[in-house]
Amino acid sequence: MTELFQSLGLNHDWAWGLSTVAGILLIALPLMLAVAMIIYVDRKIWAAMALRKGPNVVGPFGLLQSFADGLKVFLQETIVPSAANKGIFLIAPVVTFTVALMAWAVIPFSDVAILSNINVGLLYILAISSLGVYGTVMAGWASNSKYPFFSAMRASAQMISYEVSIGFILICVVLWAGSFNLNDIVMAQKGHGLGMVNAFGFNLLLFPMWVMFLISGMAETQRAPFDLTEAESELVAGYQTEYSSMAFAAYWLGEYANVLLMCALNAVLFWGGWLPPLDIDVLYLPYGLNILWLLAKIFFFFFVFSWVKATVPRYRYDQLMRLGWKVFLPVSLLFVVLVSGYLMATGHFA
Amino acid sequence: MIHVLAFYLFAVMTIASGAITILSRNPVHSVLWLILAFFNAAGLMVLAGAEFIAMLLVIVYVGAVAVLFLFVVMMLDIDFAELRAGFVRYMPFGALVAVVLLCEMVLGIGAYRAGNLKLGTPDGTAATPVGASNIEAIGALLYSRYLFLFEAAGLILLVAMIGAIVLTHRQRSDTRGQNISKQVARRPDEATVNVKPEVGQGVTL
Repeated sequence: MTELFQSLGLNHDWAWGLSTVAGILLIALPLMLAVAMIIYVDRKIWAAMALRKGPNVVGPFGLLQSFADGLKVFLQETIVPSAANKGIFLIAPVVTFTVALMAWAVIPFSDVAILSNINVGLLYILAISSLGVYGTVMAGWASNSKYPFFSAMRASAQMISYEVSIGFILICVVLWAGSFNLNDIVMAQKGHGLGMVNAFGFNLLLFPMWVMFLISGMAETQRAPFDLTEAESELVAGYQTEYSSMAFAAYWLGEYANVLLMCALNAVLFWGGWLPPLDIDVLYLPYGLNILWLLAKIFFFFFVFSWVKATVPRYRYDQLMRLGWKVFLPVSLLFVVLVSGYLMATGHFA
Repeated sequence: MIHVLAFYLFAVMTIASGAITILSRNPVHSVLWLILAFFNAAGLMVLAGAEFIAMLLVIVYVGAVAVLFLFVVMMLDIDFAELRAGFVRYMPFGALVAVVLLCEMVLGIGAYRAGNLKLGTPDGTAATPVGASNIEAIGALLYSRYLFLFEAAGLILLVAMIGAIVLTHRQRSDTRGQNISKQVARRPDEATVNVKPEVGQGVTL
């Protein structure tokens, strides 16, 4: 895009700056719209699974429900508890929201549409997702109230536990792809399955890793059945208890942006990203329309996330810790050894 | 141009947040400023072309170490008056640490002005090999020339970790833990019995 601005008669620095800002807006604005619509989709799916109708009043088929909710929240009064630590209380939702948007910078939407094509893309995502916990922890502490505080304690322990196994799972993918660059990882999946299927997911050594990544992703984004941080039966609303108005909305949007990011990562790391499912020339769309394949995959994984939320009961806290440390960690460590051993034995690195 | 701007932004932020880390009264604020300092230091690493180290700095220090700091500090119940009470008593020790740090800084600046250290390449600059990315270059060095040191460091860390677990682990006999595999292996026919007692008679379990 820098060239486009340069052709309009700008020097390189300005063209680069403008194209970066334009790229950020091109990702962030559609993402916000997508988050609003995906909340509607989420509620429709739960409703269908509970034999209800879901939102169906505001706009045709209730499509404008999220915007109505947004307007309502926007018009509310922002309440800061008098005993709260004001500065941190107000910064916390900003942190959550910003971090949720930052990771999208390295997601490859198609072969050329990627804001920042860096060598350490996957590490960047890991770094950003490890920042996500601060929004929750700061909110819990600054609220100066016991339920948010319990929630913050839980959040920090939970995030650290699952990040360890996510790290090992990503190592397996990186070993196979031979790169931390997300676009290279996508390209490494081209024709991976029998020279036909564009996905790591059907690989027998990587399929168990994908299952664990999906589950760890739910824990990492604090989605059901791992939403211990806002377990309403124990903690009122967890870290969000004291929040109202736009600060609350920032958490809401950030949470869904994170869920979409996890779905995108599932698609990019294991199911071929923007590549079509099969390696057939007809399926490669022209004019950068390959992004549609990625969007379809994201949407499918979001359906899975919703499906799980609608059907699986919440884990108990000790069960959550047990799953993270005693099941996922040893199994993912074993698979790092298995994958690297297999790759060495077959001369993949030669 | 933008490099210079970015450098001064990151450098000023690192130093300022480092200073506020020490100066702020509230320990939770201190930890949060420390996190900001780590983050900006990572920014400086990116500018220096060491993007792998930068990402590791964020993942390890911000993502894990600082979270644990915060976890502990948040739960402390600190009386600020009591904290300031020991100021005179700890003053000599604090002054000692300050003098040592001052000496180190003077030595460091002196060493810097004396010229480059002879590291990887003859002219002292540790340049990345041409055509290899940052990660590949580090990996190739770590797993070939420094393999023994790398493995030894890993072993020491493993021993430290096991030591910490052994020291803090205690077996409690008064709690009844959950045996998950036993619960999952249970079948309805061994958990329930179907009895048909006569009218007026009870059931012995």
